[in-house]
Amino acid sequence: MRIGFYICHCGINIANTVDIEEVMKFASQLDGVVVAKDYRYMCSDPGQDLIEEDIKSLNLTRVVVAACSPRMHESTFRAACEEAGLNPYLFQMANIREMVSWTTDDKEAGTEKAKRLVAAAIRRVVLHEPLEARRESVAQAVLVVGGGIAGIEASLRLADSGKKVYLVEREPSIGGHMAQLDKTFPTLDCSACILTPKMVEVGSHENIELLAYSEVKDVSGHVGDFRIKITKKPGYVNASKCVGCGVCTEKCPVKVPSEFDMGLGVRKAIYVPFPQAVPLLYTIDRDSCWYFQKGTCRICERFCDVGAVDFDQKEEIIEIQVGAIIVATGYDVFDASKITPLGYGHLDNVITSLEFERIINSSGPSGGEISLKDGTAPTSVAILHCVGSRDENWNRYCSRVCCMYSMKFAHLVRERIPEAKIYELYIDIRAAGKGYEEFYNRVLDEDVTFIRGRGAQVTRLATNSEEEGKLVVVCEDTLLGIPRRIPVDMVILSVGLEPQKDAAGVARMFKLSCSDEGFFLEKHPKLAPVATATPGLYLAGACQGPKDIPDVVAHASAAAAEAMAMLDRGYVVLEPEKAVISEETCSGCRICLDLCPFDAINFDEEQNIAVVEEVGCDGCGVCVSACPSSAIVLRGYTDEEILAEVEGVLA
Amino acid sequence: MEATQVAMKEFEPKIVGFFCKWCAYQGADLAGTSRMKYPLNVLPIRVMCTGRIDPTYVLTAFAEGADGVLIAGCHLGDCHYETGNYKALRRFALVRRLLEQYGIEPERIRLEWISSSEGSKFAKVVTEMTEEIKKLGPSPLKEVA
Ligand SMILES: Cc1cc2nc3c(=O)[nH]c(=O)nc-3n(C[C@H](O)[C@H](O)[C@H](O)COP(=O)(O)OP(=O)(O)OC[C@H]3O[C@@H](n4cnc5c(N)ncnc54)[C@H](O)[C@@H]3O)c2cc1C
Ligand code: FES
Repeated sequence: MRIGFYICHCGINIANTVDIEEVMKFASQLDGVVVAKDYRYMCSDPGQDLIEEDIKSLNLTRVVVAACSPRMHESTFRAACEEAGLNPYLFQMANIREMVSWTTDDKEAGTEKAKRLVAAAIRRVVLHEPLEARRESVAQAVLVVGGGIAGIEASLRLADSGKKVYLVEREPSIGGHMAQLDKTFPTLDCSACILTPKMVEVGSHENIELLAYSEVKDVSGHVGDFRIKITKKPGYVNASKCVGCGVCTEKCPVKVPSEFDMGLGVRKAIYVPFPQAVPLLYTIDRDSCWYFQKGTCRICERFCDVGAVDFDQKEEIIEIQVGAIIVATGYDVFDASKITPLGYGHLDNVITSLEFERIINSSGPSGGEISLKDGTAPTSVAILHCVGSRDENWNRYCSRVCCMYSMKFAHLVRERIPEAKIYELYIDIRAAGKGYEEFYNRVLDEDVTFIRGRGAQVTRLATNSEEEGKLVVVCEDTLLGIPRRIPVDMVILSVGLEPQKDAAGVARMFKLSCSDEGFFLEKHPKLAPVATATPGLYLAGACQGPKDIPDVVAHASAAAAEAMAMLDRGYVVLEPEKAVISEETCSGCRICLDLCPFDAINFDEEQNIAVVEEVGCDGCGVCVSACPSSAIVLRGYTDEEILAEVEGVLA
Repeated sequence: MEATQVAMKEFEPKIVGFFCKWCAYQGADLAGTSRMKYPLNVLPIRVMCTGRIDPTYVLTAFAEGADGVLIAGCHLGDCHYETGNYKALRRFALVRRLLEQYGIEPERIRLEWISSSEGSKFAKVVTEMTEEIKKLGPSPLKEVA
């Protein structure tokens, strides 16, 4: 063993409170140390040269540098070792700046602690073994899950840069919630007008393989090499034959509530969710189709000129390999019927915001007419903010978009029914965004009554003639400090945004973490808002938390950029600090399998032993300390190496 | 306590610190970078995760003459490996009980959650723990040896 020891003054940063001379003398007497040197700045070029020359001329087999934190310069010195022909992992650093010299004014005590850390590093380095960092190539394709505006944006950015994209959407068409919206705040562009061109682009892009009416069933592998299984549900219409003429829908005798129109309109059993759907491929809904439910009908088949209807279609399993994954599964809206006093579900003319988006849409179920159950136009409308949001009983967080879309509604009602009385019941107005405050001011000028108070109850019980036949909204006006009763014809509940109902299951499949509310968790709330704890897995859009469209688009573009950067680099470096299981000592108890947070341990049934899949292992070592047979070693952090440090600091 | 009185004059306890690389070690670095002054009694050892800490590390530390052991990692829910610190939490209870059987006071071992931004918490924990162990005196295992 020929160890070279080097200590850095770091100008006066270390030398002021650590006696360099003395530590050097101490180190030179330790077992294996053949040379001990100091330098003003070890990390500088001359400092590194010093080490490199010694490695060559003195045949050093190990190197220890006492300097700053390994987080600063471990990689610098490892590279220097490698440059001189020494395996970079036969190196160890002692942190005597951040952990010692900067934390004290007492030079004697500082010197003593520095010696302890140096002794530990020297004892440890003796046990080091040469290791190799591995490089693996990256599959040049990306999986995007969810075809809302987030998934659409991410797919287009990637595809435009020449990357292969698989876009998986579980509904028959992409578009997500944005396709259901009428106008979008604050500029009031028509949602379909700005979304449809993007949808069409996705459908026709040569680099995008759109898998609609499909779901991801299994994810395995790791960054650079994810293996995905996708099930394509049978829609019983042959995509290569269907020309989208729509005769089948016209002839189909079955009518069911349309999901796209929030149940306010009807669709047929063979349908496209909306006219601009992409792909424009008709789908038979098995659950309502008479042929599947009762055994007879097949009218659509008879009328299809091109013979596209295929009742024998089967579920298809598609297997793909991708280098990165972008999850863009979006949100769900709060179920307003949970708050019984608000009357949703049992009082006529109490509707949710998403229903209202369909009602005011000119291609919606009422052709854009705002009308009550009896067909007449309302003369007064109340819009209740924060339904299910900012509420201890439901969701504590702010849904971020409801203030803005509620004010958008006021504006649209005013446009259609100029003389209507319009009330906004709010807790606080949150209009932080480019052009948002201006929009708020605009609506304030449109004769809309803003009442500061949460709508507590909606009732038909009239207490005077004015309330007769009306919906009465009960609230406390917190500015006036009085309870109020507001009689109106229509109540719109501005429901908040929630995680998708199956978010927990999706999280499990992709090994995502969820925040307290159930939205998917990003790697860092500020500095890594699209990356996740799993390398190669990114988030886009409202699945990470409530967002409006501009923020969703920015988020999705960022996710695409991260995935692109990884694909373009072409390789992933896999640090060698991984767990390794000894075949001889493994007893096959399987305890480690469930402990591994990355599912990186597989079981070899034939040999009855556990095997670490090296690329999936992130080197946490949880399995090592739990293995009852001590069969697992964490390279770079072996028991012996850590215990050598323990002995070293206490020696 | 008689035996310890000899060493009492300037008793400086030796505390072995096991810090996870992702949170606590960075928090400790930050305390240094921010030039926070704290007692030098804690001797840091970097591990990947608190979940990596084998009970034998703690036992070895005491056997080798440590007066205390400080384990610090990411806050619950923030572990870089998701749940490593929960595993550490469970093992910690076990180790503590084990140590009691050897006559080692439970105050001599401490588990703390320190994020990479909590330099001041790191300095505070080290200061407190050093004072506490100074009061307790040298580890009872030292008398045996
Ligand atoms: C009433 C209302 C009005 C709004 N008005 C505006 C407005 O005027 N301006 C504005 O900026 N924002 C508005 N918003 C917010 C806007 O809807 C969202 O910002 C945006 O739609 C979020 O897009 P997304 O792609 O992240 O999610 P989504 O639109 O929810 O899309 C998610 C997609 O993923 C699919 N999916 C989900 N799970 C899976 C799975 N497991 N596998 C495959 N596919 C899956 C879904 O089917 C869907 O197509 C409004 C919201 C509401 C509720
Ligand atoms: S990485 Fe810090 S406790 Fe697991």
